[in-house]
Amino acid sequence: MKSFFPVVTVVAAVLLIWIIAVVPMNMHLTADQAQRDGLAVSPDTPIARQDFSGLGLAVRNSHLIPLTYVNVRPRLPSPHQIAIELYDTVIDKKITSKRSLVYHGWVTLAPTLLGFAIGTLLGIMLAVGIVFSRVMDRSVMPWAIVSQTIPILALAPMIIVVMGAAGIQGILPKAVIAAYLSFFPVVVGMVKGLRSPEGMQLDLLRTYHSSNSQGFWKLRLPASTPYLFASLKIGISASLIGTIVAELPTGAKAGFGARMLVGDQYGQPILSWAALFAAAITAAALVGIIGMIERGTLRQMGMKPA
Amino acid sequence: MIYIVLGFAFWAAGWVLNVRLANGPSGDVRSVRIAIPLIFGLTILVVWEFFVLGFEINPVFLPRPSDIMIRMSQELPRLWADFVQTIIKGALTGYIIGGLAAFGVAILADRSEFLTRGVLPVGSFMAALPIVGIAPIFVKWFGSDWESKAAVVAVMVFFPILVNAVAGLRDTTAMQRDLMRTYGAGYWPTLFKLRLPAARPFIFNGLKIATTLALIGAIVAEFFGSPTVGMGFRISTSFGQLALDMVWAEIVVAALAGSACYGLVTLLERWMTFWHPSNR
Repeated sequence: MKSFFPVVTVVAAVLLIWIIAVVPMNMHLTADQAQRDGLAVSPDTPIARQDFSGLGLAVRNSHLIPLTYVNVRPRLPSPHQIAIELYDTVIDKKITSKRSLVYHGWVTLAPTLLGFAIGTLLGIMLAVGIVFSRVMDRSVMPWAIVSQTIPILALAPMIIVVMGAAGIQGILPKAVIAAYLSFFPVVVGMVKGLRSPEGMQLDLLRTYHSSNSQGFWKLRLPASTPYLFASLKIGISASLIGTIVAELPTGAKAGFGARMLVGDQYGQPILSWAALFAAAITAAALVGIIGMIERGTLRQMGMKPA
Repeated sequence: MIYIVLGFAFWAAGWVLNVRLANGPSGDVRSVRIAIPLIFGLTILVVWEFFVLGFEINPVFLPRPSDIMIRMSQELPRLWADFVQTIIKGALTGYIIGGLAAFGVAILADRSEFLTRGVLPVGSFMAALPIVGIAPIFVKWFGSDWESKAAVVAVMVFFPILVNAVAGLRDTTAMQRDLMRTYGAGYWPTLFKLRLPAARPFIFNGLKIATTLALIGAIVAEFFGSPTVGMGFRISTSFGQLALDMVWAEIVVAALAGSACYGLVTLLERWMTFWHPSNR
């Protein structure tokens, strides 16, 4: 709680900078529109106005400043425009409507969650294999680490189209990308976690004459829980980003990514920005939910986050 | 059919060889430790080649590794031009701008305990968001050449570097700071001689996360508008022409560039934080 006021201050400062920036960013557009509506604008031709910066124009036409906040097609929408658009499309629209962001959100969320589940399961399995097999450790682990440095996310749209051409459609192609992106963080984190018990603890189990599998279920797996949650948080946001990027340039008809692109192409920037913020809120909610499960689970087990 | 059998045979042979090497007496020798993943990678490539031949997979879906290599050797000048446009002009410029900005904000925020406590949670929150979604907006703002890509990259790398730099600058003990005070060192000497060096492991951690992000940002932003050169542009247009071998050639370049950049930052880290326990 002691970071509540600092966070509010920083957020307020960012909002303030944004609100101030709206004026110069939109001034040229607003001046053109004002002239068409018969208002006095100086200088009075669009070409002459090009010589001025947004700020300079704002100083000369201070009576137009309020109008920069109500542009229909702003370069930079003001926060309240986005808030209204979000309210309209999240709360006012029926969820079955094609214009409801809840509908688009589900289109993005379903493959994210499916892929995340698949990626996490496979990741845990591979990590178990790596910890118990020297060959797997030596041959697969270096590639798992190298694969983190490859900008694979940039290829997400291509993977979608290839799979579509091969007849695989629906949520599966996007889920594959989400799975791939959450897979490696889980592998790397779980290998670290399963190896976190110290020699002394392993020795104790050996004095109890416990088998390898008992050592796994009773020591290694519980010990890896904090590491698992740390990588789950990375994995879920990577999954969501992957799904959105996969939707962006592929001509997807629904989903946050499609919404951002449609707003951009049809000259409705407020729509893009609303989708961007909705995606951000979704990402924050997903990470927050995992964080809550983490806190609950670790408290039950009497552990601390990794 | 023969190719499928060959594929399986090669897989088995590679696996047996690796099992021997890993469990053998020289399993911990450095050269063997490097050889094992290389053999694994080679096995995958060969099996891929044989399976594409054996199952007669249409090269439109999945080209053979040999096709990709031939294509790469033919298209070297074009690949180089794309590399310069996307990685050097787009990603590197944005990386430097974003990194410097993050660094500056971190040092400013660090002067006040209040700001630090505000910047840290907000920054790590922002770092988890799908920032790459601003790419279409930025392409509209800054035009379709590399400037817009650099802008996207700068915003993407800003938050991870900021969070790590702020966290790093806090990573000195009261005893160390007291020692500096007994030397009569003010804010600036303490910053340069104690706190910045102490923050280096954190900063490099942020820089490493940011390298991959920078490449992703630069390539993805090109999907929304670019001059007729660049890796993202080439990937999407080659894809439209069903020239999948060219797409894969760009993927290979992206992978090599990604690993090389990461490796470079890691080397720099070893050199500049040689004193840190993880490097000794």
